[in-house]
Amino acid sequence: MPRVGVLALQGDVREHVSVLKVLGVQVSTVKTREELAEVEALIIPGGESTTMSHLLEISNLRADLSERLADGLAVLGTCAGLILLSKNISDGRSDQWSFGALDVDVRRNGYGRQVASFETLVEVAGIGKVQSVFIRAPRIERFGSDVEILASLDDGDGPHPVLVRQGAVWGCSFHPELTTDSRIHGMFVESIDASR
Amino acid sequence: MYLESSIGTSRVKRGLADMLRGGVIMDVVNPEQAKIAEDSGAVAVMALERVPSDIRRDGGVARMSDPEMIVGIQKMVTIPVMAKSRIGHFAEAQILQALDVDFIDESEVLTPADEANHIDKWAFTVPFVCGATNLGEALRRIGEGACMIRSKGEAGTGNIVEAVRHLRTINAEIRRLHTADSSELYTLAKDLGAPLALVQEVAELGKLPVPLFCAGGISTPADAALVLQMGAEAVFVGSGIFKSSDPERMARAIVEATTHYQDASVLARVSTGLGDAMKGFETSTLDQRFAERGW
Repeated sequence: MPRVGVLALQGDVREHVSVLKVLGVQVSTVKTREELAEVEALIIPGGESTTMSHLLEISNLRADLSERLADGLAVLGTCAGLILLSKNISDGRSDQWSFGALDVDVRRNGYGRQVASFETLVEVAGIGKVQSVFIRAPRIERFGSDVEILASLDDGDGPHPVLVRQGAVWGCSFHPELTTDSRIHGMFVESIDASR
Repeated sequence: MYLESSIGTSRVKRGLADMLRGGVIMDVVNPEQAKIAEDSGAVAVMALERVPSDIRRDGGVARMSDPEMIVGIQKMVTIPVMAKSRIGHFAEAQILQALDVDFIDESEVLTPADEANHIDKWAFTVPFVCGATNLGEALRRIGEGACMIRSKGEAGTGNIVEAVRHLRTINAEIRRLHTADSSELYTLAKDLGAPLALVQEVAELGKLPVPLFCAGGISTPADAALVLQMGAEAVFVGSGIFKSSDPERMARAIVEATTHYQDASVLARVSTGLGDAMKGFETSTLDQRFAERGW
């Protein structure tokens, strides 16, 4: 089993740790460069993307994580994590940066503010229907040809991807960690094993 | 629109509270302060017309903020915007929900509108946070639909002592439930004045079913680290930032301290050369204790 880290600068870290433990994965939290160096895969949790990008910089993690991503580190980003992995961000801060590890463009709060946040069932390739929780969620508005779409949602404006994968990098608009369903994390963990 | 979808469920509302964990929520009174808060790494801002220390100084009735000011702050920042309603004032809450605020704080810092009842928070799509000084109060608020509890402390004092008292009380009462025999929970529920089902849930979980944040008196990075080490999952900082001598630096320091609250070397670095923290009050000299509001 790979050792999976959960970026623990801010956000719903505990829920990701719990799901990984259910799956029998060795888990550690990552707040420092040393802790990042020790993990074989990483989850970037939900939270506030602007806060996390600020903390990545002041904790000297931005360059290290960027390097690990270039080396093919397996990463799953949920909600804010997806924003941080994306190529371009709209409706963000004018100076908001992202790692660009996933060839998608996202719109922050693309499904609306909190009063419009919702949960629904989405069909995920290979595993079936999954209850998915969207909280001020980013919307994927463009994706490159190398991006595999694992789930989409039609919110009346045509289907938009909500779970995508490009090689070792996974991005999810919603929060699989907020339900007791561990299947999406399971797919991610299996993909790490397969690539080793 | 969506297949079998629903807005405003408990999972969606409590979920936003979960996303704010490990963060700092800052009181701001104008868009410029909101920008400084976001630049400094705040996870959300609380839009209000006067910070608690000014409410304390000015006296009079403190009410919901002018919608124009709230909208101005929403336009300025991308992070969640919270706003306060008076205790029991469900019409103010309806207005705040219509403004699309992301969280409502039914707050003892404003002048209460109802001396017997809090807002029925289940009736709203927007999530609510409420203050509590003990576990019974926290569970009554959760019973009414609150999605986040903040220990009250004593807002506007810059003095951490009340926040520590309330956090210790809540945590001690949770531990008591967690170790109690199931047959004792009925009497404990009666003594706490809390719904039995929630008492049983806390006894099982060993924690509240919603996030527990800390507010009221946090004014330095060390204060934030103290309450986080005592089990708070995030902090609200009211007067502590914009009443300090260098607000931006104080804001950044408290954000970094909140993430690295267990690392004393980080805490020492961010605490160095911060300038003056807010002056503050010794709580025994106060005429009005906000924490006593709410029932």
